[in-house]
Amino acid sequence: MISVITFKLILVSLLFLVTLGIAAYSTYFERKIAAFLQDRIGPNRAGPFGLLQPIADGVKMIFKEEHRPAGSNRLLFILGPSLAMATALMTSAAIPWGTHIEIGGHSYAFQVADINVGVLYVFAIVSLGVYGILIGGWSSNNKYSLLGAIRASSQMISYELAMGLSIIPIILYTGSLQMSDIVEGQHQVWNVFRYPLGFLIFLICAFAETNRTPFDLPECETELVGGYHTEYTSMKLGFFLFSEYVNMFVSSAMIATLFFGGYHFPGLSSLEHLPNLAAFLGFGVLFAKILFFIFFFMWIRWTIPRFRYDQLMRLGWQVLMPTSIVLIVIYGAIFSFL
Amino acid sequence: MLNSYLNKNTMESNVDYLGILLQMAFALGFVGLTMVATHTLGPKRRTAQKAEAFECGVESVGNARLPFSIKYFLTAILFVLFDVEVIFFYPWAVNFKELGGIGYLKMLFFIAPLFLGYLYILKKGALNWEKM
Amino acid sequence: MQQILFYILALLAIAFSIATITSRNAMYSVLSLVATFFALAGFYLMLNAEFVAFVHIIVYAGAIMVLFLFVVMMLNLNQSPVNIPRPLLARLAAVVAGGIFGLTLVAALSQTILPTSAESTALAEVGSVRTLGKMLFNEFLLPFELTSVLFIATMVGVVVLTKKEE
Repeated sequence: MISVITFKLILVSLLFLVTLGIAAYSTYFERKIAAFLQDRIGPNRAGPFGLLQPIADGVKMIFKEEHRPAGSNRLLFILGPSLAMATALMTSAAIPWGTHIEIGGHSYAFQVADINVGVLYVFAIVSLGVYGILIGGWSSNNKYSLLGAIRASSQMISYELAMGLSIIPIILYTGSLQMSDIVEGQHQVWNVFRYPLGFLIFLICAFAETNRTPFDLPECETELVGGYHTEYTSMKLGFFLFSEYVNMFVSSAMIATLFFGGYHFPGLSSLEHLPNLAAFLGFGVLFAKILFFIFFFMWIRWTIPRFRYDQLMRLGWQVLMPTSIVLIVIYGAIFSFL
Repeated sequence: MLNSYLNKNTMESNVDYLGILLQMAFALGFVGLTMVATHTLGPKRRTAQKAEAFECGVESVGNARLPFSIKYFLTAILFVLFDVEVIFFYPWAVNFKELGGIGYLKMLFFIAPLFLGYLYILKKGALNWEKM
Repeated sequence: MQQILFYILALLAIAFSIATITSRNAMYSVLSLVATFFALAGFYLMLNAEFVAFVHIIVYAGAIMVLFLFVVMMLNLNQSPVNIPRPLLARLAAVVAGGIFGLTLVAALSQTILPTSAESTALAEVGSVRTLGKMLFNEFLLPFELTSVLFIATMVGVVVLTKKEE
C-alpha cells in the first residue's frame, strides 16, 4: 500500500513537471513553427536558438505589475485564471502512459488514476473549464471581457455535446469507460481506422474546446481586444495563456489515447518478458504521437482562418451533433445485426 | 453504522482516487504558489487611469455588465437538455454487447423522439444564429 | 480514514449550502452551489457510485450551473445587493413552515429502518455503470423511454419562450 502511494506520488510529480515543460516549450515551438511557415526566423535571442525564451517569458510574466481594474470583483478576478489553470492540469490523471511497470516484484499501473469511468472523468473536468473563463471575463468589469467570456463558454458547451457523442461508437465496441480498456481494445487496429468520421468530429471539437484557431473567437483581437483576458496582467494573464497550451497537450494526449492506440506500437506484445522496457518504449511512442498532434494544432493555426460566430454555431449544432448521433445509430446497427 | 457503508470500496479504486487527489493537490499548490509569487514580486503603481476599463482608449460608458443576447441563453438551455441525453448514451454503450439487438431497438425508441425534437428546434430556427 | 473523509465532506457540503443561501452576491451563491455539488459528488464516490458521481458533476456543475451563471450575468444583479422587503407575516410564516418541515424530518427519521451492513454489501455493485445500464434498460425501461418524451416537451417550451413572435 505504502509503495503504491509512493509510486503514485512520484508519477504525479513527474507528470506535473512534464506537462509544464511541454506546455512551456509549446509556446516556443508555436513561435518557431509560425516563423518557419511564414519564412521568418522566430525567437533567437534568449539562449542558443532562443531555447531559453519560455523561461524568459515566465520570469517576465511573474515580475510584471499585477493590476486589477476598478469595479472588478477581487476574489473572482483571482479565481478565474486559477480555475482555468487548475482544471487544465487535472485532466491528465486519467491518461494511461504505458503498460505496467515492475519494481521489486510489484506491478504498478503506469497511470495516475485508472478509474472505471475514466472517460467521464475527463469530460467532467472539461465541462468545468468553462468556469475559469466565465468567472474571469465577468469579474473584469469590461464589456469586451464579458462578451469574450460568453462567446467562449457558449462555444465550449456547444462542442462538448458533439465531443461526448463522437466517442460513443468506441465505447460500443470496447464496452468500458475505463481508459486502459479503450487502449487495450486497440492492440490490433487503431480506433481511427474503425471510426474515421468519429475521429474527425472529436478532432474538430478538441480545437473548439481549447479555443484554438480556427475557433479562437473568444479572443479575436479584431473585435474583442483580447477577449475574456483583456484586463488581465502578470501571471494571471500567463495562466490563461498557459492553460491553453496545457489543454492542447492534454487534448493531443486524449486524441492519441482514444484514436491512435495510445502507447501501442507494432511489436509491443513481443516485449512481454521485459515489462519495464515495454512501458518506457510505449511511453516514448505515446509522446511521439502527442507531439505530432501538438504540431498539428499549430499547423492548423497558420493554415485555416477564423470562423464567424454563426458559422461556428452552425457547425457545432447543425453538422457535428446530428452527424455523431447518426454515426451512433449506424455503428449500433452494424455491431448488433451484422 | 457509518463504517459499514463506507468500507466497501476496493483497495484499488481507493488508490486511483488517491492519485486524483494527489494531482489536485499538485495543481492547486502550483496555482496558489504562483498567484502569491506574482502578487508579491511585481511592482505596484496604481493610478486612477490605469484602473479604468480598457476599451481601446475610448471612454467607457455605463455598466460593463450589460444583459446580452437571448441566443446565448437559448444555447445554454439546449445544451443542458442534450447533455442529459448524451449522458444516457453511456450506460447503454457500456452494456451494448449484453443488451444486444433488443437493447439497440430500445435505444432507437429513445433517440427517435429526441431526433424529432431536434428537427422541431431546427425548423423553428432556434439553432439559426442569424435569424433569431 | 473513510469516516474522517465523510465528516470533512459533510462539513464542506453544509458550509457551502449555507453560503449559497446567505450570500448577497448572486455570483457567490451560484459558485457556492457548485462547490456543494462537488461535496455531494464526493459522497457518491464514497458509496462506490462512480457513474452517478461524475454525471452529477457533468450535468449539475458543468451544465445546469453554467446556465444559472448565464442567468445571473443576464439579470445584472452585480451592483447593489438586492434588498427584498421582509414583512413580519412572511417571517412568521417562514418560521412556522421551517418548524413543520423539521418536525416532518425528525418524524420520518425516527420511522426509518436503515439497512444493516449485511444488506449494504450488495450496494458495492449497484453504483457501477454496468449495473445501472442493465437496470435502466430492463426494470426501468418505461420511465427511461418517457424521459425522451419529456425532452421534447422541454424543447418545445424552450423554443416557445425564447423565440420572437413573427
